[in-house]
Amino acid sequence: MNGKRVGESTIRLERPPRVRAWAAVGGKKEKEGPLGAKFDKLFPDTMCGEKTWEQAEVHLQKAAVRTAANKCHLPVSALDLMIAGDLLGQCVASSYAARGTQVPYLGLYGACSTMAESLALSACLLDGGYAQRVCAVASSHFCTAERQYRFPLAYGGQRTPTAQWTATAAGACILTQAADDCAPVRITHVCFGKICDLGVTDANNMGAAMAPAAHSTLRALLRDTDTKPSDYDGIFTGDLGEVGTRLLHELFRRDGIDISGVHEDCGRLLFSKQQDVHAGGSGCGCAASVLCAHLLPQLADGSLHRIVLAATGALMSPTSVQQGESIPGICHAVVFESGEKR
Amino acid sequence: MDVTPQEYTSMVQKQSDPSPMLRDMAWAFVVGGAICTLGQAVLEFWKFTGLGQKDAAIATSITLIALAALLTGLHVYEKLAKHAGAGTLVPITGFSNSVASPALEFKSEGLVLGTAAKMFIIAGPVLVYGIGASIVYGILLVLFGGY
Repeated sequence: MNGKRVGESTIRLERPPRVRAWAAVGGKKEKEGPLGAKFDKLFPDTMCGEKTWEQAEVHLQKAAVRTAANKCHLPVSALDLMIAGDLLGQCVASSYAARGTQVPYLGLYGACSTMAESLALSACLLDGGYAQRVCAVASSHFCTAERQYRFPLAYGGQRTPTAQWTATAAGACILTQAADDCAPVRITHVCFGKICDLGVTDANNMGAAMAPAAHSTLRALLRDTDTKPSDYDGIFTGDLGEVGTRLLHELFRRDGIDISGVHEDCGRLLFSKQQDVHAGGSGCGCAASVLCAHLLPQLADGSLHRIVLAATGALMSPTSVQQGESIPGICHAVVFESGEKR
Repeated sequence: MDVTPQEYTSMVQKQSDPSPMLRDMAWAFVVGGAICTLGQAVLEFWKFTGLGQKDAAIATSITLIALAALLTGLHVYEKLAKHAGAGTLVPITGFSNSVASPALEFKSEGLVLGTAAKMFIIAGPVLVYGIGASIVYGILLVLFGGY
């Protein structure tokens, strides 16, 4: 085993890549949420001026990438690589957003864990010296996700209390190599998760399906790096929502570890309880936008020093759910540290 | 210690909030009842205009279907249905909503492959089994009903 791996499954980045710039864009509900004022760009029009919702999601993702690139005074074409993902079949929002950029592109599907997957892969490529500037981006759109996974928007159905609300949002980060003095945040460790499936079949209870994956990956990260929850200023799971959060705390309690003091969930941060989102937010854009709107700025200004982003994904498809299959959960973790500007 | 799927299932059951059944049922009762009362009023109206009982009943169905389709297009129906549940699902207005909503939603894929092809994705099973059951009933009636 080479020197970059610690413990069973964690990767310690020898030359910790840096997060140079980031951007979060969101829709109307995100604007009305607790983090509304922190977004770089908000689109009160669900269509973002486009003809279809799918194009609207492409618009969101493009806006996030462009805004992040602008912040580091780079044209998008100066990127070495874009690693992007979304919830749509065949990952089309990302592919269409990358169309015309002339930047090498990799499309990911990790459901709501996509942003962490993309950041972790980007960080590994940068640490290895395979790229200089990589953009990690993820998006989701409530309307595109609803029609793909559930019912038409105008259909009069009831959502269960455990259901989550797909965020209409995108987040983009521009990562650079360790030597980049201008970048205020660095990534020190990443941990790719294993599929965990404890038999949850209810697609309206994704928090429950993903909580064991979050538990598995976080436990591996803590064990491999010989750290405890209190060594971090915050452990932010992707989007377990209310139900998944309670289950994650209970799973850790069984190990004799209390994470409730440092744990928060992006799905609970993005929306308030008054917004009628039931168990909280979800979707690739949820963790991505909470990271870029809320967490990275706090790491940059030093109010947070070390955090874990553990984004979780429920990797089912509408077909697999109809066939009665249980939902495979995944969680990838990324450790950020506020990197003193030199 | 790792949790077994059985243990986890009971943990999930304990932590997952159940649907508020009493509230849901009260809403369904009131709204469903209101839609049916409206239907009765519409029926009386059509009878008042001079239609016979049978024609007035058909005209009432058409009126309710059109009204529900209109409210679906105006995005009012789903807001009511969010609270009313079965109260808006069971009457004929629910059927109208289940046909109109995919027709609207999938128009971005074109009038043939979108609107027309997807129009019955929700109502389709109701039609298939509804018509299927009536065929079976018809056959039974012919065989044993004395026709």
